Amino acid sequence: MSEYNFAYLDEQTKRMIRRAILKGLAIPGYQVPFASREMPMPYGWGTGGVQVSAAALTPDDTLKVIDQGADDTTNAVSIRKFFERTAGVATTEETERASIIQTRHRIPEAALREDQILVYQVPIPEPLRFLEPRETETRKMHSLEEYGLMHVKLYEDISQHGQIATSYAYPVKVEGRYVMDPSPIPKFDNPKLEMAAIQLFGAGREQRIYAVPPYTKVVSLDFEDYPFEATKADHACDLCAAADSYLDEVIMDDAGGRMFVCSDTDYCRSRRAAGHVGRLGSEAPLSTGPEAA
Amino acid sequence: MHPLLQVNNIRKMYGHRIGCTDVSFDLFPGEVMGIVGESGSGKSTLLNCLAGHLETDGGEVIFDTRDRGPVDTLTMSEPERRMLGRTDWAFVHQHARDGLRMSVSAGGNIGERLMAVGGRHYGNIRASAIDWLDRVEIEENRVDDRPSAFSGGMQQRLQIARNLVTGPRLVFMDEPTGGLDVSVQARLLDLLRGLVREMGLSAIIVTHDLAVVRLLADRLMVMKSGHVVETGLTDQVLDDPQHAYTQLLVSSVLQV
Ligand SMILES: Nc1ncnc2c1ncn2[C@@H]1O[C@H](COP(=O)(O)OP(=O)(O)OP(=O)(O)O)[C@@H](O)[C@H]1O
Ligand SMILES: [Mg+2]
Ligand SMILES: [Zn+2]
Repeated sequence: MSEYNFAYLDEQTKRMIRRAILKGLAIPGYQVPFASREMPMPYGWGTGGVQVSAAALTPDDTLKVIDQGADDTTNAVSIRKFFERTAGVATTEETERASIIQTRHRIPEAALREDQILVYQVPIPEPLRFLEPRETETRKMHSLEEYGLMHVKLYEDISQHGQIATSYAYPVKVEGRYVMDPSPIPKFDNPKLEMAAIQLFGAGREQRIYAVPPYTKVVSLDFEDYPFEATKADHACDLCAAADSYLDEVIMDDAGGRMFVCSDTDYCRSRRAAGHVGRLGSEAPLSTGPEAA
Repeated sequence: MHPLLQVNNIRKMYGHRIGCTDVSFDLFPGEVMGIVGESGSGKSTLLNCLAGHLETDGGEVIFDTRDRGPVDTLTMSEPERRMLGRTDWAFVHQHARDGLRMSVSAGGNIGERLMAVGGRHYGNIRASAIDWLDRVEIEENRVDDRPSAFSGGMQQRLQIARNLVTGPRLVFMDEPTGGLDVSVQARLLDLLRGLVREMGLSAIIVTHDLAVVRLLADRLMVMKSGHVVETGLTDQVLDDPQHAYTQLLVSSVLQV
């Protein structure tokens, strides 16, 4: 433990990252460049999120780490261990008890509070990248609010699939100004982007930080005749009977048996603990999540 | 009648070399100006200066804007100039792939300008795209194909559709028929002539093909070594060239 500064990064680096975070909060949805550091894990593992978490953590914090909604995937476990070791902070799997939640691909089902921070791991921060690979040009488009291209992408979706098929990383407009990639969360989560907690986004390889302050207006882009829909599988959770949570489809056996379970493992567990029972559920909590199959 | 565009003393240097210099002319609404001259005479340089794609070393390009009347586009703010580039101005490149998004369907290419100015109704955007495909003689059932699946002539027609869909008041074209087979050129020229007449377009067309200006341009500007050496009504210049260089240009074409 003593080999590291608190939360691994040196104080100067954390200050630099905090300045980027504050700038991001001051200009909601704007991508702030920062000097990303080498972290002792590969880029695909969320080094951007880890650096933001490291800069935001204090010794009194309680950290939760989720990956696709689950606390027990390899990625989530290793990031949680990393901070247990380098910062000695308390960790939890309960959304309710966490003060900082680092996430990949999901927003927790339980509404977050003003005293919580949600940190996203972001692979590709630039929503315009798909159609305009030139960084100089996308920067100009953001600064001049030239966002017609985002709708070209949605147009292409509808013309090819008969509907807006984009189901992850669904683009949003923040506070009526910047178009932002909410990271690869399912579009089901988009309405939750308007929340009480602070949301911070870190992209390590791309060296960008952006943020959505509490209660910021976040609108999913769409067409008048193809309005945005926060879709999910049309089932209830087979373990806890929740009809309002995002579900993972889990293959159970070779015969093609499958079940739908909450992707948010803590949400599912707490519902079962409160006595909710789904189609295949028992009151004793099972091991859940896609990894369980 | 007010000129739509007033060009005053445009000058562009590439180091010590002259790109173009001392170029002045007025363009009136509904008028088509042709710019001809041999390779390297400064035609593209001038066109790109006028369209705001190249920084000039002097001069004015005053456009009669809808909301503010005549404004020098060279000194207007960048957002305003880019907005003009998506609405009242259009630019047709010689190579269609420079003016198209090759990874986007034909419909998306045509719809882009509509969406850029706030079009948010998919059905209407698609209907406009199909209408414009029809107007440039591309089958409606190609609307979801990418331009890479189109022939050179079709790509060029798609580029034209993509540019004209917002009803621009001024179109810049750099060798719009260059690089196409002769038979394809003829069809494209016919189409362009029809659209120019029908829409009452004002246009500036750069070409070294005198047949193109004969068919499309009301007036002609002849360039040599970055200078304008002769201007006048197209037929007048072609049938009775005054400047020795124009005489050479016209006779060399007649001999082909
Ligand atoms: N980027 C550049 N840097 C330096 N010189 C240039 C550049 N672009 C053009 N020039 C020079 O400026 C002059 C005018 O070039 P321009 O491309 O405008 O001619 P053009 O009339 O369009 O020729 P073409 O018919 O071959 O397209 C030429 O001498 C050319 O070499
Ligand atoms: Mg040229
Ligand atoms: Zn559940």
